[in-house]
Amino acid sequence: MRRLIGGLALAGLFAAGAAWVLSAPRPLPGGSFAGVAGDASRGAQVFTAAGCASCHHAPDAEGEAKLVLTGGQRFVSDFGTFLAPNISPDPDHGIGGWSEEDFANAVLRGVSPEGAHLYPAFPYTAYTRMDDRDLADLWAYMQTLPASDTPSLPHELGFPFNIRRSLGFWKLLYFNDDWVMPEAEGQQMVRGRYLVEALAHCGECHTPRDMLGGLDTSRWLTGAPNPNGRGTIPGLTPDHLSWDASEIAYYLETGFTPDFDSVGGHMVEVVENFSQLSAEDRAAVAAYLKALPEGGEMR
Amino acid sequence: MTRFLTGLAAIAICTAGAVQAQDFSAPLKARQGQFRILAINLGTLGGMAQGKIDYDAEAAQMAADSLVAVTMIHEGPLWPEGSSEMDIDGTRAKAEIWDNWEDFASKWSALGAAAEGMQTVAATGQEALGPALGQLGAACKACHDSYRAPES
Repeated sequence: MRRLIGGLALAGLFAAGAAWVLSAPRPLPGGSFAGVAGDASRGAQVFTAAGCASCHHAPDAEGEAKLVLTGGQRFVSDFGTFLAPNISPDPDHGIGGWSEEDFANAVLRGVSPEGAHLYPAFPYTAYTRMDDRDLADLWAYMQTLPASDTPSLPHELGFPFNIRRSLGFWKLLYFNDDWVMPEAEGQQMVRGRYLVEALAHCGECHTPRDMLGGLDTSRWLTGAPNPNGRGTIPGLTPDHLSWDASEIAYYLETGFTPDFDSVGGHMVEVVENFSQLSAEDRAAVAAYLKALPEGGEMR
Repeated sequence: MTRFLTGLAAIAICTAGAVQAQDFSAPLKARQGQFRILAINLGTLGGMAQGKIDYDAEAAQMAADSLVAVTMIHEGPLWPEGSSEMDIDGTRAKAEIWDNWEDFASKWSALGAAAEGMQTVAATGQEALGPALGQLGAACKACHDSYRAPES
């Protein structure tokens, strides 16, 4: 009996230890970004394509004020409400005190400078596919933006979602840098896949989620309930979206649908971003969407 | 007596519901209709800008004039209090419209300015349509960003 209890205790201890190890944040190997000098003007394009300002500008900001990354927008979810933090270059309230490696760990690994997991409301699950050069350029550009001394507000989450360590298990289930579309032929498709799956993080709203909030990639881009409020986010696979490639590109440029309705909701910010990218980039996104399988399941 | 009162209450509730639905069908049709008129005329101008329709200065001018005409409609009567997407079906108008009526009205005026910009250049040549459409699209987006909910 004592041996049994001892054995059980040992097994329990082992399981707890394993859980602790498995849920640990996994930052990049040290020195990953040493010697990569970023180009701020290229970074502006990455910043726009990645839609950073769309979530991190102040709730009522318009025009140029959207480049002040004060935070404060609220994102309501089944797990609680996330508040976008201040990521302006302010040393006290923003990320002015971060190193480039801190930034890379946040964007590519979802790990804070203190070594804690970040919540995946921040779409590092998509950004993890970002090129190292784009990451370095983005970092260089973000230093040039105005600082804001507005403090970040805490997320409003209940138990157990307020325990960041538990995200380690979530990441084991849902976090990897594989492409969802395994094959992309030619320069345009490669670029389109990169924009959709990495920078523009389209899947975050256009793909349904399971009970734990992970993306169901077997139904990739087939539409989903609005993650932040009422209504539905439409599907983009050919069984949902019948527009041809030039119509998709025109929508991303102007916000006009083929019958000249105009974009609404959070997609307005997305179109604002795409309208600033090149015509080639919009065509690449359109080509990628036209190549999606019906029903969203990749083979 | 109780049954009578219950019946009366039931009738009152039903009529209240019917009256409410009826109340908003006219302004709903009117405000959505004006956006349809905008869309049809934008379609003419957009088709010409993209080269899908042959450019015709007269048709472009008429389309632009129609846009301006719509933007001159006074919006107040089309947006009665209580006709947001939170209150009734069949609309994507967010409740914030009524919280920020001044801002909403100024965004409608901005659409008018963009339409006038199109009116000025529509007959001057095909290459003038694209930039003017860009201004119109920006005016649409500026308002939809805050005041139009996603499709349900």
